[in-house]
Amino acid sequence: MTTRTELHAEPPRASLLARLLDSDLFYSFTRSPVTVVAAIVTLVYITAALCAPLISPQNPFDPATLNLLEGFTPPMQPNEFTSKVFWLGTDAQGRDIFSAILYGSRVSLLVGFAAVGFAAVLGIGLGLLSGYVGGWVDAFIMRVADVQLSFPAILIALLIFGVFKGIVPPAMQDRVAIYVLIVAIGLSDWVQYARTVRSSTMAEKNKEYVQAARVIGVPAPLILVRHILPNVMGPVLVIATIGLALAIILESTLSFLGVGVPPTQPSLGTLIRVGQDFLFSGEWWIVMFPGAALLILALSVNLLGDWLRDALNPRLRG
Amino acid sequence: MSVEQALPLLRVADLKCVFDVSRPLLNRILERQPRRWLKAVDGVSFTIDRGETFALVGESGCGKSTVARLVVGLYEPSAGSIAFDGQDVAKITSGTERQALRRRFQMIFQDPYASLNPRWRVERIVAEPIRVFGLMRDARKISERVAELLTQVGLSPADGSKYPHEFSGGQRQRICIARALANNPEFLVCDEPTSALDVSVQAQILNLMKDLQDALGLTYLFISHDLAVVRHMANRVGVMYLGRLVEIADSRTLFEDPLHPYTRMLLATIPDITMSGRRETTVTGEVPNPITPPSGCTFHPRCPLATERCRREAPELVPISANQLAACHAIGEGRSTQR
Repeated sequence: MTTRTELHAEPPRASLLARLLDSDLFYSFTRSPVTVVAAIVTLVYITAALCAPLISPQNPFDPATLNLLEGFTPPMQPNEFTSKVFWLGTDAQGRDIFSAILYGSRVSLLVGFAAVGFAAVLGIGLGLLSGYVGGWVDAFIMRVADVQLSFPAILIALLIFGVFKGIVPPAMQDRVAIYVLIVAIGLSDWVQYARTVRSSTMAEKNKEYVQAARVIGVPAPLILVRHILPNVMGPVLVIATIGLALAIILESTLSFLGVGVPPTQPSLGTLIRVGQDFLFSGEWWIVMFPGAALLILALSVNLLGDWLRDALNPRLRG
Repeated sequence: MSVEQALPLLRVADLKCVFDVSRPLLNRILERQPRRWLKAVDGVSFTIDRGETFALVGESGCGKSTVARLVVGLYEPSAGSIAFDGQDVAKITSGTERQALRRRFQMIFQDPYASLNPRWRVERIVAEPIRVFGLMRDARKISERVAELLTQVGLSPADGSKYPHEFSGGQRQRICIARALANNPEFLVCDEPTSALDVSVQAQILNLMKDLQDALGLTYLFISHDLAVVRHMANRVGVMYLGRLVEIADSRTLFEDPLHPYTRMLLATIPDITMSGRRETTVTGEVPNPITPPSGCTFHPRCPLATERCRREAPELVPISANQLAACHAIGEGRSTQR
């Protein structure tokens, strides 16, 4: 937490990086080789997705760059007409799978991060309110959360998507589909944040530093944001990391089911859906590589989340 | 000064605070249980004059902390009134007036490990009241004031850039005191300010508080269960038992000539190092459940002097002598023997 104070006469402090490298968290990070590998993979993945236009051999969504003759080229083998080699092969339209994965990861990561952000903001807000105000507000929010938890997340996301298809004119659907996807995943995932933040808030609000603020008449919204929020963020960070992997998988599932992002803007899930048509005709690479990419991404993020949960849990600290 | 002297700084009259401790509605219906109420404070009246230290003592759960929280406005009283400097606190409705009143008092808490936000630097913690009350706007002036406050409580101005976890319990309590002084209050409510500290550190903090009282003319409401601390700090003492005041007296009288049997029982727990040959009487029994308090005088199950009347009717707090009030039938009936 680097809350910059308004006081200007500050003695020199260790730089942020130096303090980070010196922290317990970083030490526990370096002691876990699996986590280091997971972090590197995740970083490489995110960088590759961000730089996709720079590093991918072709733009898979620009029809002008596609050559139908190059369709179904197996990985690492020259195409029989153009002799071009594709690392991971091509699909039916001669689209380079490697490029498609890079571009697809952008969509998957964008949706994942945005959905986690949306769910976290909503869940933290409602959790703070619920825990601090208590009473009927608390009971209402928590019963809504209970009801929502009794449905599988994917069902809620499908429901929201169904409503969206019903009310938005078809011409606009492709353009807003990605935002609806973000909202749908976010709405199906806020409960965890709300519950965690609520319980931490209930513990924090009775602590004397909060009462000290109340004695001098600090308004409740400021108490929540300035005093309580920074003290309940630890567990939220853990949930958000694990939630990122879940959101990416949920997005892929929805896209696989055909309700996610439009085919003109395919995510990893869309690639898998398209590819599975060819699985039994021997063109395994069209589905296997996007699937493996999804697996590696979700696994790395999950491992990071697991480590963070252990590292931030004082009871498990050695 | 003489005109002000006549008016107590704080007047608490028949203060009551009741908490709803019922089970949830559904459980009550299913288990056929009535609503249950906990009378944490049950008709407490006292006054505090300017510049004095009024202490409230009593065992755990007797409601002394609740009184402190009622006085600073953390809880709403169920009945009764709190008047600060002649102004009834409950009648103030406008936010600015309430804030103007809040500026005049502050609170010091029991647990110095919980009363400082662990994510804030000390300078921000101490400056919070200055900012909230808008006493200073200029960042440089605020930081000068924070440095002054830290020096005043025996810390270094350089400590402002540290986080609370870098300090010991006693140092943290000094930070709490600095924060409490930041808005130049007249009145400090201290809720067991030293009970979480080592004995040696306790003395330092208590002496600091006394010095500050002399220097700044502060008035203290001092909550404690430690009679030795109270004797050191207080001018007047109120003894609480199960939400009621059983005796109020000035400190010297209370410690030398306690009237109420409960006060005597409490004082008997102080180790007798002067070898005065005082008979050893230990505290017997336990505080009853405040949800279902005993009938009549709530102290009667533990009282050596209890009679049928004590079981039936609750005694009023009445003046016994010029500076001593007690709530006990035995005293009025002359059954209470002097020790």
